[in-house]
Amino acid sequence: MAVRSQAALRERTKSERKKRMWRNRWIYVMILPGLLYFLIFKYVPMFGLVISFQDYKPFKGILGSEWVGFEHFERLFTMPDFWQILSNTLILFGMNLVFYFPVPIILALMLNEVRTAFFKKFFQSLVYLPHFMSWVIIVSIGYVMLTMDGGIINELLVMLGLPKINFLLSPEWFRPTYIVQVIWREAGWGTIIYLAAIASIDPQLYEAARMDGAGRLRQIWHITLPAIRSVIVVLLILKIGDVLELGFEHVYLLLNSMNRNVAEIIDTYVYTAGLRQMQFSYSAAVGFFKSAVGLVLVMVANRLAKRFGEEGIY
Amino acid sequence: MVEDRTFGGRLFSIVNFALLAVIALVTVLPFVHVVAGSFTTNAEIAAKKFILVPTVWSTEAYRFIFSTPTIFRAMAVSIGVTLVGTLFSMLITSLMAYGLSRRDLDGRRGLMFLVVFTMLFSGGMIPTFLVVKELGLIDTYAALILPSAITAFNMIILKNFFQNIPEGLEESAKIDGCHDFGILFRIVLPLSMPAIATISLFYAVTYWNTYMNAILYLNKSEMWPIQVLLRQIVVLASGMDYSSNLDSAVPPPEQSVKMAVIVVATLPILLVYPFLQKHFAKGAMLGSIKG
Repeated sequence: MAVRSQAALRERTKSERKKRMWRNRWIYVMILPGLLYFLIFKYVPMFGLVISFQDYKPFKGILGSEWVGFEHFERLFTMPDFWQILSNTLILFGMNLVFYFPVPIILALMLNEVRTAFFKKFFQSLVYLPHFMSWVIIVSIGYVMLTMDGGIINELLVMLGLPKINFLLSPEWFRPTYIVQVIWREAGWGTIIYLAAIASIDPQLYEAARMDGAGRLRQIWHITLPAIRSVIVVLLILKIGDVLELGFEHVYLLLNSMNRNVAEIIDTYVYTAGLRQMQFSYSAAVGFFKSAVGLVLVMVANRLAKRFGEEGIY
Repeated sequence: MVEDRTFGGRLFSIVNFALLAVIALVTVLPFVHVVAGSFTTNAEIAAKKFILVPTVWSTEAYRFIFSTPTIFRAMAVSIGVTLVGTLFSMLITSLMAYGLSRRDLDGRRGLMFLVVFTMLFSGGMIPTFLVVKELGLIDTYAALILPSAITAFNMIILKNFFQNIPEGLEESAKIDGCHDFGILFRIVLPLSMPAIATISLFYAVTYWNTYMNAILYLNKSEMWPIQVLLRQIVVLASGMDYSSNLDSAVPPPEQSVKMAVIVVATLPILLVYPFLQKHFAKGAMLGSIKG
């Protein structure tokens, strides 16, 4: 009896669902163009990754190309250049974590301590600005400032009695240039989310701390920082997911034949090997490796965050 | 918060303010330097080095770059792609966002997962290139728009914004016989203007700044948008002369010319920034509170 009524109930909810779906048919029509976008430009390429196990020939297509197993991956891991490129990528990622990641946090704490609303707004507007410039613009401005003939930085060095530095063509200056530009473009924008988290802190906490005689630095250390800890953790997880995703554009624009041995990263290598030298399958394998490592790292970081009692991102 | 009037508190404020002022200057001075440099002669740049306000004003550099058809064409491409792309992206993004904001929609969770997963894993450059190629988009302006028509993050922000609109409004409209499309275009969108403005500007900036799609999918230099041309002129010190092959020995562009091209490629953003800046912090926050 009970079983039958349950089955009947299920039957009823099923038909209700059908009715509801029919009633919402125009909503599905609305979603369709967006869904098609994600399927065609995001999911088809994901399945397109099978070419990394093939000897893909453009005129034969995916269905007609020959299967080669792990050949491309083997070639990848036995290639000496690959380890060079991987370590370049990891070093830039490490620099991002160490030199860039804390800057928006510190900047947000500083902005939050500005008590005059006008000046707070004013500083914010200024430091957000570079985020809206393309990497081409940022790199170009860097270029005219750093160039050997007439760049303002080198002219200043000369004025100080120092020798000129070839920032743009010497391998040892690639990494500093890169990270300074990252900080310049993104640090201000990165403060937004921290400022929002700070804004939701109960002001009574500060009152109480002041009663107990805590100065401004102590208030920051004992109230503001702990309050935004979970936001910091979430952003750190997301950042770790980007481990190999340093942004093709920025590095590609700074890359030249003189600094290639430190500047070539996985993304730029995929571009050169794949689209310049037409090794589609091989460079798809390189890209596959990168995406897979990124996904695994996000999952590991998320699990670690949960183990330490934080919320994580999912 | 009450003003802190102790000596330590005041000292803290002063030091903090001074540091922020220095940071703000460091952020902005490069732009000022470039703008100033673009409005003076090359001789002045060579002589004075450090220019924030030119003593000799000159529009020589601008007259030079606008005397070539190259810049005009690239600007036209960028403006067109920005206008068409932003409209198209907004249309399909808000349609999808509204659909997914409806709580009574079956399969909503699955569809959301489909979107979010693309933020964690992607096929990468080569398979995407092959898809674009198979669709016959190589060397078409559509290649600058279609492959990045929706940003998952923007869609989620809009969806969350739509969700916060009281459901009662939509229901009463429905009772009055309003169609789903009518609800979206006549009720939901007008109520969401701050979010729509923010996301439109995000898309517009992205399309104006488009570079990677152009170098991946466009082989013809006469189709280049301004950002690609900017790189040719400043970083590679060439590219001004491809349309007039009269003399291939055109001297490399001078500093003031490079600076003028940077200004031209940046100008639209500097023009919309005051409007953009009013909205974005609020708009961006609306979405990120609840993922």
